[in-house]
Amino acid sequence: MYVYDDFDRTLVEERVRDFRDQVGRRLSGELTEEEFKPLRLMNGVYLQLHAYMLRIAIPYGTLSSDQMRMLAHVARKYDRNYGHFTTRQNIQFNWIKLEQLPDAMADLARVGLHGMQTSGNCVRNITTDQWAGVAPDEIEDARIWAELLRQHLTLHPEFSFLPRKFKIALTAAAHDRAAVRVHDIGLRMHRNSAGETGFEVIVGGGLGRTPFIGKTIKPFLPKRDLLSYVEAILRTYNQYGRRDNIYKARIKILVHELGAEKFAREVEEEWQPIRNGALALEAAGVAEITQRFRYPDCPVLEDEPAELGRARAGDPRFRIWLDNAVFNHKLLGHAIVTLSLKPVGAPPGDATAQQMDAIADLADRYSHGEIRVGHEQNLVLPHVAQRDLPALWRALDTIGVATPNVGLVSDIIACPGLDYCSLANARSIPVAEEITRRFKDLDLARSLGRLHINISGCINACGHHHIGHIGILGVEKNGEEYYQVTIGGRADDAARLGTILGPAVPYGEIADVVEDIAAAYLELRERPDEHFIHTFERVGVEPFKERVYAAG
Amino acid sequence: MPLVKAGRIVDDRFVRVLDDAPVPDDVPIILPAARLLADARELVLRRAPTGVVWPNDRRIAELAPYLDWIALVALVFPSFRDGRAYSQARLLRERHRFGGELRATGQILRDQFLFLQRAGFDAFEVTKDRDAAAFVEAVRRYSVFYQPTGDGRTSTLTARLARGAPSRGQRGLVR
Amino acid sequence: MTSPLQQKLKVTGPVVVTANRLGDGAVVYRTAQGNWTGDLAGAAVVTTASAATELLAAALADKLRAVDVYVAPVELTAEQQVIPGNLRERIRLNGPTIPLPGES
Repeated sequence: MYVYDDFDRTLVEERVRDFRDQVGRRLSGELTEEEFKPLRLMNGVYLQLHAYMLRIAIPYGTLSSDQMRMLAHVARKYDRNYGHFTTRQNIQFNWIKLEQLPDAMADLARVGLHGMQTSGNCVRNITTDQWAGVAPDEIEDARIWAELLRQHLTLHPEFSFLPRKFKIALTAAAHDRAAVRVHDIGLRMHRNSAGETGFEVIVGGGLGRTPFIGKTIKPFLPKRDLLSYVEAILRTYNQYGRRDNIYKARIKILVHELGAEKFAREVEEEWQPIRNGALALEAAGVAEITQRFRYPDCPVLEDEPAELGRARAGDPRFRIWLDNAVFNHKLLGHAIVTLSLKPVGAPPGDATAQQMDAIADLADRYSHGEIRVGHEQNLVLPHVAQRDLPALWRALDTIGVATPNVGLVSDIIACPGLDYCSLANARSIPVAEEITRRFKDLDLARSLGRLHINISGCINACGHHHIGHIGILGVEKNGEEYYQVTIGGRADDAARLGTILGPAVPYGEIADVVEDIAAAYLELRERPDEHFIHTFERVGVEPFKERVYAAG
Repeated sequence: MPLVKAGRIVDDRFVRVLDDAPVPDDVPIILPAARLLADARELVLRRAPTGVVWPNDRRIAELAPYLDWIALVALVFPSFRDGRAYSQARLLRERHRFGGELRATGQILRDQFLFLQRAGFDAFEVTKDRDAAAFVEAVRRYSVFYQPTGDGRTSTLTARLARGAPSRGQRGLVR
Repeated sequence: MTSPLQQKLKVTGPVVVTANRLGDGAVVYRTAQGNWTGDLAGAAVVTTASAATELLAAALADKLRAVDVYVAPVELTAEQQVIPGNLRERIRLNGPTIPLPGES
């Protein structure tokens, strides 16, 4: 993980002092709310239904155990003892007072955490594959490039007042776990036919009111050109993105209205004069950042050690968890462990301060002090020795993060919805909780296999419902909560938006509909190992529609 | 609306000329863009400095042919949240090497001073008196700048590389 | 549950003026005395568009204490108790409809 030097630390401290002054000027009335709002948003401070919310960046989802302990401290000292992990690898605290925010931010700054640019019309937290650095199928660690971009785009004087928010994601693995095709800029690292590594640059993807899959405007960008090319894209967007209508202000609309080819030409014109300037990434510059990435000294270990085999054979609960939540690591004898934050009947993605502290301790003991946050709102311990898995599992089970439902129907991704968010039309958390209760039988959940449900409480799509295998969108009809259901969306290399299943259904019926969809899948699949998404791709939406809406 | 240059509130020696008004001789003036483009052939002959207000939705490339004799370009922030003129400023300074006065106008608030300066502005029509008085303090808020712009401040990459090269010691850090 | 901040002022029943307190974001209601209270029972309840407009204008001018000020519907129970007029307002007053993590 990246270790801050004194430049990084100083910047965060200066930012805290700046924000403290801004809060002071707001409380005294010197700044109006209209003047203050963009400033607080640029520090991740929202106003929600009941209170202010602070969104803290976890760059590319990597956290140290000390940082996790500080999050627990903030939850206890300034909030209500819990935090919520988001679909963009951030964490949110829902109850913070504005008056206390500068102090909370000062505490966070001590471990290099901040809320810079987690909101507002600027470049947001840059996300990657939560397995970056340890995944067997990656060609290199995408986080180094994410960090180079993060620094370049932090407090960038030209791009702090864009037409709208801007989200960038990177992947360097064969399988895209970062959903790069539904971001404003998606960067897919790959090798060309000459064996060189570079980026496929995809722009104009996004969800929300007008969802789009991104378009490739440069199939292969050499690494050296990463910063200058992104600069050219942002400069083009800053100048020509629409500012007359907030629903048409994202880059996806500009790309759609100009056409991908014309947009690419505009970027090229902007890029040519700067590609060999100060932003060219020479080896020294890349090495400079890379040297501050610390990798754990993982010992050479035997694969499939005897104690693991014994535990697997001896304890069915352990075996079930092992098969569900533990994944191959690039190093022999090691594993990537997912901690499910989706217990039955609880809000998805939340963790108590107590859990955070316990996870930090486990990270120190079993994962070289490192934790990852996934955009599916689960946590990951990325460097676990296989021989430690039985002991780790018992500890995770005790703190309630070992539900073996990773990737299954009850591993739901949901936005906070109307229980918290002032933009929402409908609640999402109780819908998620009810669905997990319907599928709490693990045999049933396992028999359904990989099945991603995404719930958004409004069209802003923070739950990413468009790319869910089952997508649920909260809408309002005559003051009542209704839910529109889509099926067949996916976020990976074969990214596709879901297809509407039928008319929206009321709050009281949405869990029934999900059960009906699951039952339809079981009936329609060709074999038990044909995943839901493949069944949908084979038969289309009609057979599902017939069964769900006939069941009435 | 106080004008800040070189960290101080100063009198504005430029006079704004509205669309069809006659152009005074021997007085520095700022004209609307349309006027500049229409009358450029006469204006270039003026002895006194000529400036232009350039709207934030027109390409700087259109202004480029005149930059070798224009003394001042005023760019516009209709709302401080509309950041188009930051790009325009950087293009003027860094692409077209404009050396005259680059003035920020519109809604100009304290919390944008440093961004504006980094983008190349050297004159500021500040919306609030109190903000104008705080200019120097506001631009000293930060000492770390990740990205290089045309403003001459050392970027962190430059500072880090200078520090990291043992044979050069600390000299490279000084600006 | 579309944000009331985007709606035009139309009064078809009893309403209050509500906001979030600047310092801590807590939900507050405008009182007849020109203050803010967290207790809905203490809120000024009006029933005409003109009264609502007046109450709203006074509240909007109080920029130092409250933000995101708007008019919200309420209902009067048979016992003349004031309760929130829709789900969004119920949630604002009573908090999330699910237990918070750590609570049972």
